[in-house]
Amino acid sequence: MTITRRTALLGGALAAALAAPVAAQSFPERPITYVIPFNPGGESDVTARFQQPFMEAILGQSVVIQSRPGAGGATAWAQLNSLEADGHTIMNTIVPHTILQPAMKDVGYQTDQIENVYFFHYTPDAILVPADSPFETLADLIAFATDNPGALTMGGSGTNTANHLASVIFGDLTGATVTYVPFSGSAPAMTAVLGGQIGGAMSYTTQAVKAGDQVRALAVATEDRVPALPDVPTFRELGIDHVGGAYRGVAVPAGTPDAVKQQLSDVIGQVNADPDFQRMMTEAGYQVVDIPLADIPAFIEERRAAYATAIARMGGS
Amino acid sequence: MIEAFLGALTPFNLTLALAGVVVGTVIGALPGLSATMAVAVLVPFTFTMDPASGLIALGAVYTGAIYGGAYAAILVNTPGTPAAIATSLDGFPMAKRGDGDLAVTISCFASAFGGIVGALALLFVAPPLATIALKFGPVEYFWLAIFGLSLIAVLSKGNTLKGLIGGFFGLLLSTIGSAVVGGDVRYTFGEPALLGGIHIIPALIGLYCVPVLLGMVADRAPHIERAKTGGGTRIPEALRTLWRSKLNLIRSSVVGTIVGILPAAGGAVAGLVAYSEARRTSPDRARFGKGAPDGVVASESANSATVGGGFVPTLVLGIPGTPPDAIILGALMVQGIRVGPQLFAEQGDLVQTFTFGLLIATLLMIPTGLIIGRTAFRTISSIPKSTLAPVIGVLIMIGAYAVEQNPNHVTMMVVLGALAWAAARWGFEPSPIVLGLILGPIAEQGFVQAWLIGTASGDLWGQYFGRPISLGIIFFTILTLTWPWWSDRRARQKALRERAET
Repeated sequence: MTITRRTALLGGALAAALAAPVAAQSFPERPITYVIPFNPGGESDVTARFQQPFMEAILGQSVVIQSRPGAGGATAWAQLNSLEADGHTIMNTIVPHTILQPAMKDVGYQTDQIENVYFFHYTPDAILVPADSPFETLADLIAFATDNPGALTMGGSGTNTANHLASVIFGDLTGATVTYVPFSGSAPAMTAVLGGQIGGAMSYTTQAVKAGDQVRALAVATEDRVPALPDVPTFRELGIDHVGGAYRGVAVPAGTPDAVKQQLSDVIGQVNADPDFQRMMTEAGYQVVDIPLADIPAFIEERRAAYATAIARMGGS
Repeated sequence: MIEAFLGALTPFNLTLALAGVVVGTVIGALPGLSATMAVAVLVPFTFTMDPASGLIALGAVYTGAIYGGAYAAILVNTPGTPAAIATSLDGFPMAKRGDGDLAVTISCFASAFGGIVGALALLFVAPPLATIALKFGPVEYFWLAIFGLSLIAVLSKGNTLKGLIGGFFGLLLSTIGSAVVGGDVRYTFGEPALLGGIHIIPALIGLYCVPVLLGMVADRAPHIERAKTGGGTRIPEALRTLWRSKLNLIRSSVVGTIVGILPAAGGAVAGLVAYSEARRTSPDRARFGKGAPDGVVASESANSATVGGGFVPTLVLGIPGTPPDAIILGALMVQGIRVGPQLFAEQGDLVQTFTFGLLIATLLMIPTGLIIGRTAFRTISSIPKSTLAPVIGVLIMIGAYAVEQNPNHVTMMVVLGALAWAAARWGFEPSPIVLGLILGPIAEQGFVQAWLIGTASGDLWGQYFGRPISLGIIFFTILTLTWPWWSDRRARQKALRERAET
């Protein structure tokens, strides 16, 4: 068993060395396991599968996607640092989740215990209403929610989550008071929007792209307009200073050698620079960003500060 | 449409459909391995295929797995997938008395019928049907869950009080972890492993399979009776049974299709609702739970119909109807297919080819199902328990772990299993507990969401009691709860009259 396995690995490594000159170094010497803390079919899974062939081409090794869902990602993140720290196991992470969750309750990990190597895209926050909604613009919605505090229901995925946080930030910035209705995920929240059960949703651009004409996106939280939704204004255009969403990155278990971390960061950056990869991401409504290893500490601090007021309002520490 | 049909008939697609059904059936049949898992494992293989073939392969695996769940439910009394819970209620008693072969054959034909009804609905009326998913708001899900919970009365086999206690225990279990609405952390006792709550699959395996396993070891008698008739497939008998319960078959298939369309409900709810309706309307209600073929017919046709039904919102609205659909949806996105209304407009051929593929896979399920079913029956009824028990023991460990690659789930499964085994000695059935566990979150979230929406709109009362679909579900709930009492009274009066006349 061990012999055959070792032989197979040796064969794999040999083939990889022939296939890609990059693999001349000791890492990677066998397939990479890419752990996704969410169910297959979700945004984290889909974007990892977008990356997969590009990463395999650069690394010369196969990348195996494994999903380990539970507790909004917390189950996997709490296990991250107990995994083998040699670079062959990497895990998908999300900000604000990894900042928000430890601030709200004991989830078995701390924000700073997660060693991110790269944040490669974000799904920008977007406010969506049903196609037949009376709100034609974000101004209509804000006016209604200011005059009738709490009468407008806005769905989102869960309590103390990224959508919840975004709706609190939205309220802080605009003075609008909406009733946030938590659902068990983005899909049930969207169902309720499409059926007109709720007034709208605090969701992501990707959901707006997926739902097509059935919904109207009133604003997106990007710096420039999203190519897949060219008619939708940004919050900034409307005078609301909100840019953000769910930033997805890749982390490694603590103790992974610095050289390997840097190499992984470079690989993901290289994938991000590929026009084919960018096209796939943009068409589906994802916003590619480049936050490499060196910029991670500053990025986390910047995000922490951006969320601080809202997190305090939600009762977190 | 003809072109799409021919597109599905290419040798490659036919091979995929056949292979998918076989693989799915085998995975579904193993206790602990579910349809969701079967689909998740096979998704990566479809990325190299063209979208229609990939979809056909996944659809075939999904159909097969839902059907395969019936074998374990009937022959071992361990529902292989949540969808097969209701199948075990009458399937296992049938196997116990030596009619396992008949039950397997009936379940095969009933599944195929349900699958065809679901696929035809997808083919012809998908866009209008998808609006059903949208009509169901939080409050409708709340009432649906309450309706589901009323089945405790059906499932508790004689002792309603114990059934209720079990049901409430299940509801309590369902609150463990961090709450979707409110975000509170409940009953985790400071243990991060419990934050995610009790996962339904390990719980199901623990509650159903562990007591069966322990019982197998403790009891000297054979697990199920060998066939009375030499272990054939008993096809004519099965077809006669189905013909007799044709109304049940059609009703259950329709129920399955509709429940499949509802995101968040799924095969388990479909099977249970159809089962309860079959039992309520049957003239022979007392036989249910003791090996009535009608129970198997209802459950199996309904859960197979959810496959086609579930694809309706998945393809029309981009909202997954069932958990495996969520995975298939992700696979489609990776392939660059945009689901939603534009899919039907722009790639109608793809949808039709896939639907025909699904129909073909469902038809292929009949011969493969009969062959695999006969083999499974012969194997399980003839191999000694000393072999069967350890094999199942290993399988359920793998099943509990593999669902999310989480070792904590194995612990959960074992603890709940030990608990269920102890509870069974005091006359507590696992089904009410499972029902509480499955329906608890649906009821809780629906209730709180409806409360928030009702408060925001200023019409709380109207939110709960002023919507037509809700009222319909409330009516059926009351009907289900009071029906036994009504029909008993009618029977008594009739008996009295007859006595008076003579």
